[in-house]
Amino acid sequence: MTQLLLNIDPSLIDWSRAQFALTAMFHWIFVPITLGILFIIAIMETIYVKTGDLEWKRITKFWMKLFGINFAVGVATGLILEFEFGTNWSNFSWFVGDIFGAPLAIEGIMAFFMETIFIAVMFFGWNKVSKKFHLTATWLTAIGANLSALWILVANAWMQYPAGMQFNPDTARNEMVNFWDVLFSPVAINKFLHTITSGYTLAALFVIGVSSYFLLRKRETFMAKRSIVIASVFGFISVMALIFTGHGSAVQVAKYQPMKLAAMEGLYEGGQEAELIGIAILNPKKTVDNNEDPYLFKIGFKGALSFLIDFDTKTYVPGINDLVYGDKENGILSAEERIEKGKTAMDALVAYKELKKAGKDDEAKVQYDILMANFEHFGYSYIKDPKDIVPHVPTVFYSFHIMVIFGTMFVLIFLIFGWLTIKNRIEQFKFAKLLYLIGIISIPMAFIASEAGWVVAEVGRQPWVIQDLMTVDAGVTNISSGAVQTTFWIFAFIFTGLLIAEVSIMLKFIKDGPAKPENEGGK
Amino acid sequence: MITAELTHLFFQQYWWLLVSVLGALLVFLLFVQGGQTLIYTIGKTNEERKMIVNTLGRKWELTFTTLVTFGGAFFASFPLFYATSFGGAYWAWTALLLAFTVQAVSYEFRSKAANVFGKRFYESLLFINGLLATVLIGTVVGTIFNGADFSLNILNNVSWNNNTRGLEAVLNWHNVALGLAVFFLARIMGLLYFMLTIDNEEIYKRSKKHILINTIPFLVFFLSFVVYLLMKEGFAVDADGIVSMEKYKYLHNFLQMPVVLIIFLVGVVAVLWGIIKTLFSKSKFDKGFWIVAPGTVLTVLAILLIAGYNGTAFYPSYADLQSSLTIQNASSSLFTLKTMSYVSLLIPVMLVLAIVSWRAINKHKITETEMNDKNEKSY
Ligand code: HDD
Ligand code: HEM
Ligand code: HEM
Repeated sequence: MTQLLLNIDPSLIDWSRAQFALTAMFHWIFVPITLGILFIIAIMETIYVKTGDLEWKRITKFWMKLFGINFAVGVATGLILEFEFGTNWSNFSWFVGDIFGAPLAIEGIMAFFMETIFIAVMFFGWNKVSKKFHLTATWLTAIGANLSALWILVANAWMQYPAGMQFNPDTARNEMVNFWDVLFSPVAINKFLHTITSGYTLAALFVIGVSSYFLLRKRETFMAKRSIVIASVFGFISVMALIFTGHGSAVQVAKYQPMKLAAMEGLYEGGQEAELIGIAILNPKKTVDNNEDPYLFKIGFKGALSFLIDFDTKTYVPGINDLVYGDKENGILSAEERIEKGKTAMDALVAYKELKKAGKDDEAKVQYDILMANFEHFGYSYIKDPKDIVPHVPTVFYSFHIMVIFGTMFVLIFLIFGWLTIKNRIEQFKFAKLLYLIGIISIPMAFIASEAGWVVAEVGRQPWVIQDLMTVDAGVTNISSGAVQTTFWIFAFIFTGLLIAEVSIMLKFIKDGPAKPENEGGK
Repeated sequence: MITAELTHLFFQQYWWLLVSVLGALLVFLLFVQGGQTLIYTIGKTNEERKMIVNTLGRKWELTFTTLVTFGGAFFASFPLFYATSFGGAYWAWTALLLAFTVQAVSYEFRSKAANVFGKRFYESLLFINGLLATVLIGTVVGTIFNGADFSLNILNNVSWNNNTRGLEAVLNWHNVALGLAVFFLARIMGLLYFMLTIDNEEIYKRSKKHILINTIPFLVFFLSFVVYLLMKEGFAVDADGIVSMEKYKYLHNFLQMPVVLIIFLVGVVAVLWGIIKTLFSKSKFDKGFWIVAPGTVLTVLAILLIAGYNGTAFYPSYADLQSSLTIQNASSSLFTLKTMSYVSLLIPVMLVLAIVSWRAINKHKITETEMNDKNEKSY
């Protein structure tokens, strides 16, 4: 029943989304460095403790300081995100809070606390606790940070593929029935592994890039080369896992969010032997309801998309048009039909509530069964026009391809840097200067790839906030769009200031280089 | 059916207790915020200010993370509160968040080269955080006794009935009295923390003097909050979930739950005793913090418990009484609460770890020598 959907001003939705995207993407500038660099630091400190070589301690402390500058901003923005579910997506928060809240709470109790407790020892404990205790604290900080990624990603994965839950009409929300299904859903596992390995990859490139700067300047070359050895080995392993799990994520998307997959590939007409696009330029005139060619230019591989999803070039992959208009042969309902079923479910819910109130339990039961039979289409009751189920194709398409292309390039970068530093030939290398420049440029590339990944995941699932169950306009807090607009600009203003300060401090710190060697070794 | 209801109620009460404990720990940890408002009052030289900022800086994360955990635990256990209050009182919460956002970077950036805005700027941010965070948290907690302006539809979606979206809470003097009481208490704890952790005679003496100055307004605001609380009407819930106004509700809650009353009295006495002992000891007494801090935890715990237990609506609506939230209608499902309860067993583990790390870091008082040692991290 649509009267339940309050009259929501469309600009409110846009501003709320913009605000969430702003805060999430800003948070994501700092988080991947944290996730990866902590392990790199922990490895370096382990070598220091094992060998007693003070040079390794100096290297460890240098990267740890850079981490500290980065960490503060990550924490600051995370807080806003957490409360934003309440402030800007309050109806969403109720609808799914029974499931969604648990990972967030566990994250606080388990991961953030662990991180906070040990980070204090890591930063301030060098001369206060034993070497072993300090090293343990560093490892536990790294593990704590990665655990915090686990829980938030479980929550996010659940929005893409709601598992382990049941709708309860009495409370009008989804309730958790199986915790393990939420935690170990295949979407969650792939998402977690892919995202943390993307953080490791990014952090490794960060270390390589900064070290390249020192090599270019011919300063601290010993430290730089040692750092590159660690980072390129760590990075190479990470990027291989990254690509493997990225593929895994795509398979899950194909299964549970076919519309997102179609948008990622710009696939309008589905079928068997679906094509995998390597590089393409989309035709800006193409929409769902015209017959334009989707691409102006493309290099593709016929059947490869089908093959990647199922190891069979004959696997059927639905396109955007099939999902909007339906495809009887392959058992795909049209959006129109799903909207009808969604409305049936919503009407049954309202009827159920009224009958329950009037004490007519038997009749309520009938409505309950209708609701449950149609529940998988529940969210379609909020859709006004079948075409609204299509996300913004070019955004999703280009983001996806940038991510994949960059990811492939990173493999080469790690291989070349690793090979040359392990053989200790990097300074003699003919194109050393060019290589250093590539190293430095790979830092922004890593950030672009990583943010692009989130754009694929989040823009690709539009209009859903929870796949097939709730649209963004049904989840939003009912508030004046002016209020959200105001906070958007306040956040944008503050974030810009924070970013300028942080980048300036980091650059200065890198320029000054690590501290002079310590003469009286640490305890 | 009845046993199922009972067990659900058991977990609802358990989680209200946990959320209250986290809230109480949070107010205690606001000593960091209180201290931040006193950097220039107590620190007269650069060296002194550096020691003050550093002693607080080693703890700010703990306060921050407690806030995050408090938010997460509330979301998981009483999601309807999360949806209703955060979405409704938009401006109050947003202001609070911003106050914490600017704090997080201030310690790290304050004394770094090329920090763009300069030391004083970050110190002002610390002051803003200290002021807003304490006053707003107190004010928002006040609304759990005085109500807010919302209503819920049959899908439990919230509408707020005014456009100030939470800012109206500051128009209620009772909310603000609590906010100011928290502010001055946080300052007192901050001062006690300086005395406890900084090895400097001047700072010790100045802190002692300012404890006296802050205790007077603290007592005025705290007592007016408590006295009015005990006299006022409260939001009672009956067995069918019907909400009605009851005279002297919160006084009744204390009397009907004597354990909570005892917690409250012990807490208040500890706070006062810690202050008095610090002020009037003949010899140099620097451990007042460890009396006032537990006292604060107990006092806040008791105040939060009477808000949710004994058939009381913990987030009342004055716009539509029946939309009021209770620990029963706002909670997560039995399954989720149970699952979460296993997780809650980790809380004591984390507390123990926090104590171990606190002790390792606080073993020695902060001295000027340490501040000037290049091999030590300092802010
Ligand atoms: C350095 C960053 C980076 C790189 C090089 C890659 N990814 Fe990625 N990708 C991410 C960083 C990332 C991410 C930021 O971690 C995302 C966003 C959401 C998520 O789950 O992970 C993501 C999402 C994401 C998704 C969407 C998942 C969803 O919607 O739930 C897919 C299908 C892929 N990736 C696939 C790949 C493939 C096949 C790659 C091949 C090279 C690849 N990614 C490289
Ligand atoms: C930190 C990495 C993340 C980034 C960069 C990111 C990115 C985005 C972007 C770009 C949008 C806007 C979508 C649009 O405008 O169409 C968005 C929306 C949203 N994201 Fe994410 N996201 C991240 C993580 C998460 C996580 C972990 C969650 C949940 C746990 C989440 C939940 C949401 C919600 C609720 C919205 C608002 C609804 C919407 O517009 O789709 N995001 N995010
Ligand atoms: C949109 C949903 C998200 C929310 C609500 C959120 C929440 C938070 C909060 C509250 C903090 C501060 C914790 C503290 O007090 O220390 C934080 C920090 C952190 N978050 Fe997020 N976060 C989100 C997305 C993500 C994602 C997608 C990841 C990783 C995959 C992540 C990983 C981290 C890490 C590692 C930290 C530690 C601090 C740092 O950034 O360096 N977060 N987050």
